[in-house]
Amino acid sequence: MSFPILSLIVFLPAAGALLIGLLDRGQERLIRTVALGASLSVFALAVVLFFAYDGARGGMQFVEQAPWVPQLGIGYHLGLDGISLLLLLLTGFIVPLALLAPWEAITERVKTFSIMVLLLETAVIGVFLSLDLVLFYVFWESMLIPMYFIIGIWGTPKAGPAALKFLLYTMAGSVFMLIAIIALYFLSGPLGGRSFDLITLQSLTPGWSLALQVPLFLAFTIAFAVKVPLWPFHSWLPAAYTEAPTTGTVLLAALLSKAGIYGFIRFAYPLFPQAAALFTPWLMGLALIGVIYGALVAAAQRDLKRLVAYSSISHLGLVLLGVFALSPISLSGSTLQMVNHGIIVAALFWAVAAISGRAGGARTLDDFGGLMRPMPRLAALFTVFMLAAIALPGTNGFVGEFMILLGTFTQHRVYAIIGAATVILTAIYMLWMTQRVFHEEPRSQKHFADLRPREVALLIPLVLVIFWIGIYPKPFLGRLNSSVQQIVRQSSVQVQTGYDLLRSQVYRLTRSQVNGPAPANLRPGGRPR
Amino acid sequence: MSWVWLVPVLPLVGALVNGLFGRHISKRWVGWIGCSSIGLALIVSLGVLLDLLARPAGQQLFIQPLFDWMLGAQVAFQVDPLSALMIIVVSGVALLIHIYSIGYMSADSDYSRFFSWLNLFTFSMLLLVLADNFLLLFVGWELVGFCSYLLIGFWFRRPAAARAAKKAFIVNRIGDWGFLIGIFLIYVTFNSFDYQTVFSQAPGALVPGGALVTAITLLLFAGAVGKSAQIPLYVWLPDAMEGPTPVSALIHAATMVTAGVYMVVRAHALYALAPVSLELVAIIGAVTALIAATIALVHNDLKRVLAYSTISQLGYMFLAAGVGAYSAAIFHLMGNAFMKALLFLAAGSVMHALSGETDMRLMGGLYPKLKTTARTFLIGALAMSGIPPLIGFFSKDLILSETFARGHPVLYFIGLLTAILTAFYLLRAAFLTFFGRSRVRKELEPQVHESPPVMLWPLRGLAALSVLGGAVWISGTNFTPLEGFLRPVFADLPLKPEAVPAALGEGSLLIISVLAALVGIAIAWYLYLTRPSAADALARTFRPVYTLLRHKYWLDELYGALFVRPGIRLARFLATVFELRLLDGLVNGVGGLIDRSGGLLRRIETGYVRQYAALFLLGALGVLAYLFLMR
Repeated sequence: MSFPILSLIVFLPAAGALLIGLLDRGQERLIRTVALGASLSVFALAVVLFFAYDGARGGMQFVEQAPWVPQLGIGYHLGLDGISLLLLLLTGFIVPLALLAPWEAITERVKTFSIMVLLLETAVIGVFLSLDLVLFYVFWESMLIPMYFIIGIWGTPKAGPAALKFLLYTMAGSVFMLIAIIALYFLSGPLGGRSFDLITLQSLTPGWSLALQVPLFLAFTIAFAVKVPLWPFHSWLPAAYTEAPTTGTVLLAALLSKAGIYGFIRFAYPLFPQAAALFTPWLMGLALIGVIYGALVAAAQRDLKRLVAYSSISHLGLVLLGVFALSPISLSGSTLQMVNHGIIVAALFWAVAAISGRAGGARTLDDFGGLMRPMPRLAALFTVFMLAAIALPGTNGFVGEFMILLGTFTQHRVYAIIGAATVILTAIYMLWMTQRVFHEEPRSQKHFADLRPREVALLIPLVLVIFWIGIYPKPFLGRLNSSVQQIVRQSSVQVQTGYDLLRSQVYRLTRSQVNGPAPANLRPGGRPR
Repeated sequence: MSWVWLVPVLPLVGALVNGLFGRHISKRWVGWIGCSSIGLALIVSLGVLLDLLARPAGQQLFIQPLFDWMLGAQVAFQVDPLSALMIIVVSGVALLIHIYSIGYMSADSDYSRFFSWLNLFTFSMLLLVLADNFLLLFVGWELVGFCSYLLIGFWFRRPAAARAAKKAFIVNRIGDWGFLIGIFLIYVTFNSFDYQTVFSQAPGALVPGGALVTAITLLLFAGAVGKSAQIPLYVWLPDAMEGPTPVSALIHAATMVTAGVYMVVRAHALYALAPVSLELVAIIGAVTALIAATIALVHNDLKRVLAYSTISQLGYMFLAAGVGAYSAAIFHLMGNAFMKALLFLAAGSVMHALSGETDMRLMGGLYPKLKTTARTFLIGALAMSGIPPLIGFFSKDLILSETFARGHPVLYFIGLLTAILTAFYLLRAAFLTFFGRSRVRKELEPQVHESPPVMLWPLRGLAALSVLGGAVWISGTNFTPLEGFLRPVFADLPLKPEAVPAALGEGSLLIISVLAALVGIAIAWYLYLTRPSAADALARTFRPVYTLLRHKYWLDELYGALFVRPGIRLARFLATVFELRLLDGLVNGVGGLIDRSGGLLRRIETGYVRQYAALFLLGALGVLAYLFLMR
């Protein structure tokens, strides 16, 4: 076995957390240095992997496989393909910035906080790299606990209920997935030949009947849908995003939502293609509602953080639309857009925090106005972030959004046409926000100092990535291509088969109950191809 | 010709330098950087033109690829007679506007921000016209929209400016929605965005007059309707005058509204296959020309009148494109660029003299004090009215005679009527502003002064172009170098349409056009110089019509009632009632239910382990039984 670089990258943050645990609470400086060092090392390793990954070959690379609990068929199986590579990069990029970000920075219980963030990073990376269902589930649930504490301890005074709601809602969703994972195991073969391994299961499950696939698919879907969230499972989100400390909000919006989308791509669709095909129109409909609904509700918000939170629902809906459409173009676009969204939403939340920090915590649309004069640097940076959010060509948002919509258009035209209305809706609320905050006469007497060089320096990397992906996305798309093709191949075992299976099931049922001839449209082959 | 990449890149560099460092260098340098970047771009453009002219016939297409972008589309520039002409017009007019801005904006504290954005605007338009594929075109398309947003809202503290900027962008995006879907259809059909591929394969891949090509062209046209301010999306352009006047000049003349016309002309290979779309383009163009001209009749804001005039002239261009006279559309595009830049800059010079006043009721009798401004404005107005031998005469007459000759008599008459109105409202503006009795506010009267030379020279330059520019295509003669220059672009089209037996010869049409202009001017002369009280009397007599026009046909109010306010209500309903009461209430309700049912379930919780075990076993068996039975 070659050097276990994936294990290193997964557990490096956890090791950092362990190290911090050994340090004295008073050594804040050292604690921060260790945390930053660990997360920066992860980023460095992610960059190394980015260059080492062979995009032309595609598929799972740097695979590590070892038995973990062999009696139960649980394995330790990690692998990296183009999709997980990009999400790994995103995680590696965001966490150090989140630790450095001075806006609403954490000053109390720094030790615990640093441990929580690092544990979260390990869990998120683990989710993106696991190829064994039990391993995946362990990481998946491990994301919750640090996040719960981050919201609850360092959030606003009202954060307690929000954190609890987040925890209960997402856990309730995950329980279904746990049941499905166990069922998958029992169904995977005779005693002794059972497995939790994704690659093994992927070769079995597509042959199963719809009656098996559908409940399993739905169980996974609920877990992922809550996590993203897919409309209408989003009602934990506004409270959690708003009451969490900014660092927590950024980690939630930029990283944890991606875990849900990744789950659809890696597990739900390839494992149960026929069931997925059956539910795809419904899922696309929900995603589309999320796009429109999120934008409309965002337009009616007064609180800046809530506004960005709802905009996130809208943008994530679009990413999901591209995933469900399951065309190579839209899936590439969705994966890229996950990175883009992570960067843009983090930038927007930080910008909001920078403004509200200077206004003593106020952050409604009525509290500002005319900030372009006292804060030209922030105004310029915010303009870039806003442009990326409204998908102006030249920014990363355009590349992702265009590919999602075009790819969807190749498969399901009406969905894409409705989804494309996002170009109008997003502009409405983002420009409204810009107008109220940066334009018009100042409504606040407070003094707004412009960003300090250190603050600018932290936001500049985000700007550079926004333009890099916007202008030259080739390095990213090139590494995605064959991985995406593979997912599409696995997940679309002929959409027709889904219908056929359903028809034969219904046919069997009707025939067994009524002893007459089945209606013509339910008879096998009765439907014109 | 391989230098062509410099044409957009130079203004971009200018924008970056002034944007990043402009606040730390002197205004003098900022102005120099801003102007010289455009000036150099113009020089390179002229070099490209010379290169192109030196090429043998049939080889007047040059593509310069820079790098791969996405989905097979490259960042690549295409030079052909059409794009070469466009970059010269754009950079030339933009250069004069930049020079003018040195004077006009000299007192503004955000001088460097202004020049940076002005450069960015020019860059975007140059990118748009040089693109060699639809995707890159869309980049320029969106960027000009964004730059107009920035510049219309340049004085961001004014709520009206901030609103107008937002409106411009959002209305543009409504058109872009269609444009985007048009691009999707193109990609799905041709598996490419490249002009060369799409246009060369179009005749084979698309059924002439079929639904697909009609849909593509109409969707693309939807974008053009937004960008070029045609019915029903023109509402953003009149408000756009909230920006500084040089910005208005740039938007109306060079860098934005002409994009839609350019796009239709560029995609003529597709439009040629869709007669229905072409018909619609022509009708929308003609009707817009007329409607906008009628609104311009009654407005008293100098810039607003000019704004409606732009909408009207763009209507002419679409009319030309719609009847298949693409070269005429481009000719008028060029003429309008000179004339409209001239008119706006002259209007800016008047505002400069009157501390920003734009209401013509508070002007009058300015001629003695603003001689150069008045003369150049008058040249622009006469040119736009179609007085020979100014450029507007040749370009507008060409459109009218082509419309007539290609068998659209109704559209021709609409165009002719519009020509009368155009002459009327432009001369009305000239008379109200510069002649007659002075109505200037007393306190302003002593300060009225002519603008500095840095503002007057661009006016003189544009006036010269408006006078001499018509010589590139003298209709009715054989001297038509512009037509010959553009011909390779339209080589795929039949040279002349099937000859329609014209009831009127070219000569008579010419005379009718001139007469139309003279009639319009005469009425304006009578109403505003000879009998100044007659205009008010007319307005009283035709009160309903006057009110309708004053309120711009209530289109803004209609949109407000139909879309904006219901949209706001829907958003509020969703955000409060649906989101908080229903959805969140439901989730919390489920939580509460579980809490309460805990009480019920407690009865099952007897504490007997064997009972738990039995229940658990039953449950697990049930699940497994289902899964195995269904297997």
